Amino acid sequence: MNGGKPVTVRKAKIRRDLRRPRLFFFLGLTAVLLLATIFADKLAPYDPYLQNYEISFQPPSAEHLMGTDRYGRDLFSRVLVGAQTSIFSTLALVGIISVFGTVVGVSCGYFGGRLDSIAMRVSDVCLAFPGLVFALAVAALLNGGIVNAVIALAVISWPKYARVARSQTLAQKDSPYIQAALLAGGTPAQVIVRHILPNILGPVLVTAMLDIGTMMMELAGLSFLNLGAQAPTAEWGNMMSAGRSMLQIYPWVVLSPGLAIFITVAVFNLLGDTVRDYIDPKNSRVK
Amino acid sequence: MKPVLEVRNLTKVFTQPGRPAFRAVDQISFQLMPGETLGIAGESGSGKSTAAKLIARLIDPSAGDILIGGDNVTHAKGRRLRQVYRELQMVFQTPAASFDPRRTLGDGIGESLRNRGLSRAAIRGRVAETLAQCGLPAEFAGRYPHEVSGGQCQRAAIARALAGGPKALILDEATSSLDVTVQQQILELLAGLRQTAGLSYLFICHNLALVQMLCDRVLVLRDGKIEEQGTPDDVILHPQSAYTRRLVEAAFS
Repeated sequence: MNGGKPVTVRKAKIRRDLRRPRLFFFLGLTAVLLLATIFADKLAPYDPYLQNYEISFQPPSAEHLMGTDRYGRDLFSRVLVGAQTSIFSTLALVGIISVFGTVVGVSCGYFGGRLDSIAMRVSDVCLAFPGLVFALAVAALLNGGIVNAVIALAVISWPKYARVARSQTLAQKDSPYIQAALLAGGTPAQVIVRHILPNILGPVLVTAMLDIGTMMMELAGLSFLNLGAQAPTAEWGNMMSAGRSMLQIYPWVVLSPGLAIFITVAVFNLLGDTVRDYIDPKNSRVK
Repeated sequence: MKPVLEVRNLTKVFTQPGRPAFRAVDQISFQLMPGETLGIAGESGSGKSTAAKLIARLIDPSAGDILIGGDNVTHAKGRRLRQVYRELQMVFQTPAASFDPRRTLGDGIGESLRNRGLSRAAIRGRVAETLAQCGLPAEFAGRYPHEVSGGQCQRAAIARALAGGPKALILDEATSSLDVTVQQQILELLAGLRQTAGLSYLFICHNLALVQMLCDRVLVLRDGKIEEQGTPDDVILHPQSAYTRRLVEAAFS
């Protein structure tokens, strides 16, 4: 069960105890991040859209923690409120592609045949394109807007999940417990929902957790190129884009949303890593 | 008397591009009568397990017919196949792997009843009843496959096969992964159940000693073909071929 390596009960327990605080720590960080995002409107010290030219381009101070931008808007408030667009659209995107990809992957793996060949060739095509370039083209076709940016990235990003779900399904499909479920008179739908999905969810979940950071950067990238959230909406990507020409004179305008992206991506990636270690102890074993 | 299970010229050919076709099961025919235990012996790779999977309709045969209670089910699918599984059940070689790791043994044993729409209470009762038949206390229904021993798990697997009230069981190396004393207990359990439930067994096993203990008749398979058949005593005492002699020697030396 554990790769043939004998692990004493005590050692296993120590390992478990060491691993769990990390999981709780990153879960806590993520919770703080999400709570701050949900209550951003209440937490923001200023109206993120209120313009005041008298205080434009103020450096960070006690009054304006991250300084102000060209229009005198408080950057800290904008970063907080921008989190709603950035984080929630990323979560929505990852949710859409993981569910769609898993449905496609499980169906392909379980039923095989022509459906499998067609869906897998389509996913090959998607995987062969550089994702962001394809998303750029789709987003440009659909015009800007955060919803269209999410759609554009979803179109190109689902195959990863389909691959994971398909290979996991193939690994389970011929196992005796699936055969036993068929012998119990289960329909394919019952067998998939009761037995296959619960047993393949771990790897899919880990893929999704680790994907949050990537997807957040790609969404911010599209916004940076003006193909995602549109001004004046506060969103980290387009905030960075708006300040990029002033990077040398007023660096905080770019660095504030940049720092927000950096911290958020780091937190989600670390959480993803920890969850992977937790779900699949085999990967975390010290070599 | 009508046979519970009849197999006519059953054949399975595996083809792979660039390789010669492989006949895993080649034209085997036999009848399994009510209450009878038929052994299928042979070394590994002789096609025993493929035959079991073909008969349980887990894979499709290349040729031949499978009749259950006189009904030709060779190409049964969907609802009709699910009807077949009320008559015919199977016990697998690896007990722990034959239960969903995320579900309790009770869930697994009651699944066929749940699929037939029985009430929860009725399922719980029947699960406890079949567990008792197989020598396990009712509380095993709440255990997970990794929480029980191999022998206990195989008892639960037999309980699962019995839950729906089948007429015949395919036992595919059902005792092979168990140690010798547990093997003996499972064989005794199977012998007892045959009496009380009036079951027919297709007992697939590489070990002729076990076949001798349980079976009325035995087929010896070699490269997918029936090499010889007869009563276990006949086959063991007077093997007709060098192949069968080797199997006998392996089992009794």
